[in-house]
Amino acid sequence: MKPPLFSYHDPRSTADVVGLLASLDNAKLLAGGQSLMPMLNMRYVLPDHVIDLNRVEGLSHIRERDGALDIGAMTRQRDIEFSDLVRERCPLMHEAVRQVGHRQTRNRGTLGGSLCHLDPSAELVSVAAAFDATISVIGKSGVRSIDFAAFPAGYMTSSIALDELVTGATFPCWPAGHGFAFVEFARRHGDFAIVSAAALIEEDNNGKVTRASLTLGGMGPAPVRAGEVERALIGEVIAEKRLREICEALRKLDAIDDIHAPASYRRHLATVLSRRALVKAHERIGKGRRP
Amino acid sequence: MSETRSIAVTVNGKRHEATVPVRVTLADFLRHQLGLTGTHLGCEHGVCGACTILFDGYSARSCLMLAVQADGHEIMTVEGIAIDAGTLHPLQQAFHEHHGLQCGFCTPGILTTLIELLRDNPDPTEEDIRIGISGNLCRCTGYQNIVTAALDAAKRMRSDDRRQTTDD
Repeated sequence: MKPPLFSYHDPRSTADVVGLLASLDNAKLLAGGQSLMPMLNMRYVLPDHVIDLNRVEGLSHIRERDGALDIGAMTRQRDIEFSDLVRERCPLMHEAVRQVGHRQTRNRGTLGGSLCHLDPSAELVSVAAAFDATISVIGKSGVRSIDFAAFPAGYMTSSIALDELVTGATFPCWPAGHGFAFVEFARRHGDFAIVSAAALIEEDNNGKVTRASLTLGGMGPAPVRAGEVERALIGEVIAEKRLREICEALRKLDAIDDIHAPASYRRHLATVLSRRALVKAHERIGKGRRP
Repeated sequence: MSETRSIAVTVNGKRHEATVPVRVTLADFLRHQLGLTGTHLGCEHGVCGACTILFDGYSARSCLMLAVQADGHEIMTVEGIAIDAGTLHPLQQAFHEHHGLQCGFCTPGILTTLIELLRDNPDPTEEDIRIGISGNLCRCTGYQNIVTAALDAAKRMRSDDRRQTTDD
């Protein structure tokens, strides 16, 4: 198993990447390599050109701006895992990234790579859906932003054009003290999840839910927001029995049916994991670090 | 004709200059061009962990990197762990004494992974060790002796550190 023949480019700036993307045919962008390299080794992809982003300046950063975290596309998953800013401002992302692969893959894997590879059960993709993240993209016609909801175009396919490059993503932070939980079911630690659930909630002083975000990974071609459940939760007090009723709606979701699990099992996991995530998020209300 | 590049890489403290085909993985470069066959290749798609090396001090799968990407960087392979030709590193000594390997195929990747883990967390729990090596597949040992060896190595390395501190 060896990568096929290709020409290698290691540009230093996003402008150079855009220039290469505009002039080369059948080019692939190489970020952390934790998905593209196996695909090259197995020759699932046969690019004529590989454009390595690892020496491009200005794509690796985590910063807070206007109440949101702005994370560069080449930021390593490791840097997200060990970032105090992420743990304090987006604790859901901190909890999720620790479940991405293994230490050795998080040391190389990047946010942008994960977003663009768009595996149906990738944790960081679910986090982007949970926060309604905005994806920043640059191409020869300039820069643009894509709401996460419009980012997936299909199974493992994003809506960015062939001559565009993702430069980062912005995650609007929830107020200090919100509830959060990322839970997943995988056969082995570090495996891709069969189904994952990401929950974010806010409650009023009477313990009633005022805002909810519930995202399911591994169900469809891309993570889905459970809008019906999110709406049903508003005004409710989180309690196991009521959650059972509300989460029943998830049994109507479309689900992948494959070698790893039948669709009916995925729907079952969706209801169980959503309940667990919402209960855990509820228990954490008010316990988040305050700035 | 295969495209090539000239690279300069520091491996186990020694600088190497070489010309590599751009499609060659770091693992194949280490094994075939530098003759460092201690880095093993199991699955060649990032699942088994046998080819784990330290890249600028951080563990990485060398089958998922290109040799050209290592230009200007520092690599440590399993050959760089021992203190000298006649002295095993405390981690290696613990694996030897606790029978932390049988066939030895996965060992280079597990040792390099644990070097990073014990550096970041000198006092790990059994669970920390098990999660830390969850990306390394061993088909012989059932992991029990690997975990025992890693915990014992951590203990030895902590007491070595204390001794050094006292000596200073």
